[in-house]
Amino acid sequence: MAEASYPEDLLYHAEHDWARIEGEEATFGITWYAQDQLGEVVFFDPPEVGTTVTKDEPYAEVESVKAVSDVFAPLSGEIVGVNEALGDKPEAINDDPYGSGWMVRIKLSNPSEADALMDQPAYTQSLT
Amino acid sequence: MAAQPETLRRTPLFDRHKALGAKLVPFAGWEMPVQYTGIREEHQAVRTGVGVFDVSHMGEIETRGRNAAGLLQRLVSNDVRRIPEGGAQYSVLCRDDGGILDDLFTYRLADEHFLTVTNAANHEPDFRWFEQHASEFDADVRDCASYYAMLAVQGPEAPALVRALSDGRLPARFHCCQRDIAGVPMLVASTGYTGEEGVELLMDGDRAPQVWDAIVAAGATPAGLGARDTLRLEVCYPLYGNDLSVDRGPIEAGLGWAAKEATGFIGAEAVARTRAEGPREKLAPFVIDGQGIPRPGNPVVGGGEVTSGTMSPSLGVGIGMAYVPTDRAAPATRLEIDVRGKTRPAVVKRKPLYTREDS
Repeated sequence: MAEASYPEDLLYHAEHDWARIEGEEATFGITWYAQDQLGEVVFFDPPEVGTTVTKDEPYAEVESVKAVSDVFAPLSGEIVGVNEALGDKPEAINDDPYGSGWMVRIKLSNPSEADALMDQPAYTQSLT
Repeated sequence: MAAQPETLRRTPLFDRHKALGAKLVPFAGWEMPVQYTGIREEHQAVRTGVGVFDVSHMGEIETRGRNAAGLLQRLVSNDVRRIPEGGAQYSVLCRDDGGILDDLFTYRLADEHFLTVTNAANHEPDFRWFEQHASEFDADVRDCASYYAMLAVQGPEAPALVRALSDGRLPARFHCCQRDIAGVPMLVASTGYTGEEGVELLMDGDRAPQVWDAIVAAGATPAGLGARDTLRLEVCYPLYGNDLSVDRGPIEAGLGWAAKEATGFIGAEAVARTRAEGPREKLAPFVIDGQGIPRPGNPVVGGGEVTSGTMSPSLGVGIGMAYVPTDRAAPATRLEIDVRGKTRPAVVKRKPLYTREDS
């Protein structure tokens, strides 16, 4: 696993999830801290395209050898894409949590919710 | 039963684990390494090379005196009189109703001198149980848990690695002897709980760090409790607190081979009755057919409960053990496991789930 990193262009949720907002859509994943706490991810159980996710509520499960963990939605919306590649390569969540380890893409239902998320300095501060 | 961080005990190797960057977690009242670099890597090191585990949280009870064998014969389920001097034997400790209090390894150091290794979480009640019954026999029991450190060196390359540090030959499988390893006198036992060859080393805790250092320097991969769990589950060794408890006896747990009712151990009558009538349920090893990872507590659809479950690093699929009604415990029986609301098909298998040919 790579060194700890928290990109500046993302917004962060206290449950250690990130969102990358691009217009009316956003991509979600879990942070470096979350994957480090979990250890080697061996299974990602994705939600289905078309289902809705609600801010602060779990939308998927990620499993390491030892533990199961809920993945929380940092924002609300409808799922328009899931990272199918994680089915065969769940370890991408460890190796590249902000890139090939992305989990879902959603169409935002309430973009103003983003105001409640943390920016990179606030999130890294929360980890100390 | 949340453990309070300030009350967690540390083994003599705690500083070594810290220095290696281990993830430390509370386990049975101890602060133990669950992994160093990663469970799968450590697991693989033990399956193909050699790993070293700090298992100093485990407890030890010494039994000696004119009728030490008599006391142990009354307490443990196996036939203690069959252990030769320098031998080792697995057994369970039962209540009167056959419910399992602990599972144990007993080493016969001399004719009437035994050392019994307990699980950390059960050690104190086990010792009180031993003490309570010792008065009926001419035997003394001593709690040695705070004296001993214990290392398990496991894997196909473990015997050669340890032999190179030893002042003499290693004992044969399921035997034990005194040796100097890395210059430290200790009890060396050719036992383990990973399904691989290897030894378990019991020594003065104060001298354990130098032994650990020598074994790691010789090439053993430090391995944590996470890998220990995946290794033991692949070969279907039961874990107390998961697969074994006072609610079930050795017959249900598939440990009938380690129960010799003719010896008259505490619980023998109840165990004999279950053996004769047939158990209502049995511990069945299974493999998930497809996706999903079973976890302890997952229900088996139609009756039964998963007591151990993980992703098998060697097989690459979800595996587990579950108590199921006896008529559904036979190999090839198809089960459905309710994994947090999703039904995952599974197949009952013969023990062990992993053998070398599978890899």
